[in-house]
Amino acid sequence: MTEGTNKYQSRRDFVRRAGKLIVAVPLVILPVALTKKTSAAGYVWQIDPFKCTQCGQCKTNCVLTPSASKCVHAFRMCGYCDLCGGYLRQGVKTISTGAENQLCPTGAITRKFVEEPYFEYTFNEDLCDGCAKCVKGCADFGNGSLYMQIRHDRCVNCNECSIARTCPSNAVIRVPADVSYMPKDAGVVKKGTNE
Amino acid sequence: MKKALPYIIFVLLLCWHAVLYAQDRFPRPEFESGYVYPTNQMPTQRAPVWEYFDVAVLISALIVSTWLALKKRSRQGLIWMSVFSLAYFGFYRQGCICSVGSVQNVALALFNDGYTIPLSALLFFIIPLLFALAYGRVFCAGVCPLGAIQELTGFMPVKLPKTVEIILASVPFIYLTLAVLFASTNSQFIICRYDPFVGIFRLDATYTMIIFGVLLLLAGIFVNRPYCRYLCPYGVLLNVFSRFAGKHLTITPAECTNCRLCEEACPYDAIIPSDTDQNREEPEKSRKRFILYFLLIPLFAITGAYILYYLAPALSGVNGDVRLAREIRMEKETEIESVSKAMVAFKESGKTEIELFAEEEIIISRFKKASPWAGAFLGISFGIGMISLTIRSKRSEYKPHQGRCFSCGRCFKYCPIKVQTQNEA
Repeated sequence: MTEGTNKYQSRRDFVRRAGKLIVAVPLVILPVALTKKTSAAGYVWQIDPFKCTQCGQCKTNCVLTPSASKCVHAFRMCGYCDLCGGYLRQGVKTISTGAENQLCPTGAITRKFVEEPYFEYTFNEDLCDGCAKCVKGCADFGNGSLYMQIRHDRCVNCNECSIARTCPSNAVIRVPADVSYMPKDAGVVKKGTNE
Repeated sequence: MKKALPYIIFVLLLCWHAVLYAQDRFPRPEFESGYVYPTNQMPTQRAPVWEYFDVAVLISALIVSTWLALKKRSRQGLIWMSVFSLAYFGFYRQGCICSVGSVQNVALALFNDGYTIPLSALLFFIIPLLFALAYGRVFCAGVCPLGAIQELTGFMPVKLPKTVEIILASVPFIYLTLAVLFASTNSQFIICRYDPFVGIFRLDATYTMIIFGVLLLLAGIFVNRPYCRYLCPYGVLLNVFSRFAGKHLTITPAECTNCRLCEEACPYDAIIPSDTDQNREEPEKSRKRFILYFLLIPLFAITGAYILYYLAPALSGVNGDVRLAREIRMEKETEIESVSKAMVAFKESGKTEIELFAEEEIIISRFKKASPWAGAFLGISFGIGMISLTIRSKRSEYKPHQGRCFSCGRCFKYCPIKVQTQNEA
């Protein structure tokens, strides 16, 4: 009887040891195989403004309410027009700051006179809910200086961004954490300094 | 060629211009009033250092849980650990990053060149498995926020019939296989998408996922830890690793007296009774059955591989590009214009259908390459599962099943031996 128990015991030990080896080996190989594919800084999600088609899904598909993606203004690309496609609704009768004329449903855009004939448009980020209506308006009739960006003070950095999952133009991408924003006027600024 | 070169350069220059000022319709003003461009605030994310703080918290939590489960044998301590993990990894870190989802990051990094895995994600994947290999599923006991929320709400354990338990316990294998398949083909992270509790941590999720999470918690009051037992894909790995654990939680602090008091203690059906007084089958008969099932494993593997290979085109539908390509084909067939957002965006993007169809081909062929392996894995797991159902090794004591045991410590108080030692001390 004791012999039998020993036999079972040793067999069980053997199976355990062999199994341990079999599962431990991949666990050791894995980090070695991934050494070149590992980044210490990690990634964040960001919207590529040149791919974005202003569909407005960012507003509803973020895990946060209101969304972590908001509108940003690239001032250096803006035409400072009086008749602004991002500020005014289509077919307005008068160009004024009246609420009925504004495109933004939350009134997050304010307009300020700079000099004849230019107007500056600034955003109240707390009011912006990321609906992208102004971005669409500016892209359709304007310089495209308004664009969507994921605000990293709000973004919880999900493993898979739920906006990315549904973004129809695959504009939401992983960017290295030290980049974190993709300013649309980066090229313009660079050009400006060169001149 | 030489003659054409300047023109090519000219065209390229034009393209460059077009990219930069695609929508530069109105000239940018030259201000005379000394106007200065405002600067945009670009708030930065949480510093990457904190990711490593999370890793440090993970390791410390695992060490404390191990100590509580194996050494201190304190159920109360493990409950407090659960509260801590739920508060930190769940409500404070909002469920990201978690070890359960990191399976997909690893799969994505292994099979895709474009993706580099964050070191913290890799560590979150490996460290709990190392602990499982050394001390059993202490990660489930008090570190995983998903496990913690269920552990804290499981009040009235009800046991399911053995058959139901076995069938439901095979679901995580399928879930894991599909999750790895979808992640490795760069299609979707289904574990994150269908995470039932992350919505509760954030107090914000889609309506259906909130309902699913709450229903699961309600069911968990009676059928404890339903996600861990019947869904969790990371649990499959922990289960396998924990079976070979060097040390594991024991029900009794000393020697088991076969008093049978702990028999009904485990809500997870993870206590293997001793079988000293049971009639054992003839060894010859069980050996024959073992060999038969063992020989059947390759057959299961091939069957699994064939089934998943056959399903590959259907499975590839989880990839957005494949879905879009199908939509375009459908649009042409039915001649009804599609107005989905993906379609509108595609038409605006200027990408040609030929490019998209070529991409679709590549994705489907990747699915076809990967799915037989996934199927084989499922088949082999099924075969091994069959074998383990038939094996009954000789045991003279009540022991936790190292694969199924979550090291939650509910069984401690049922063992009378502990009380004796305490009295003696």
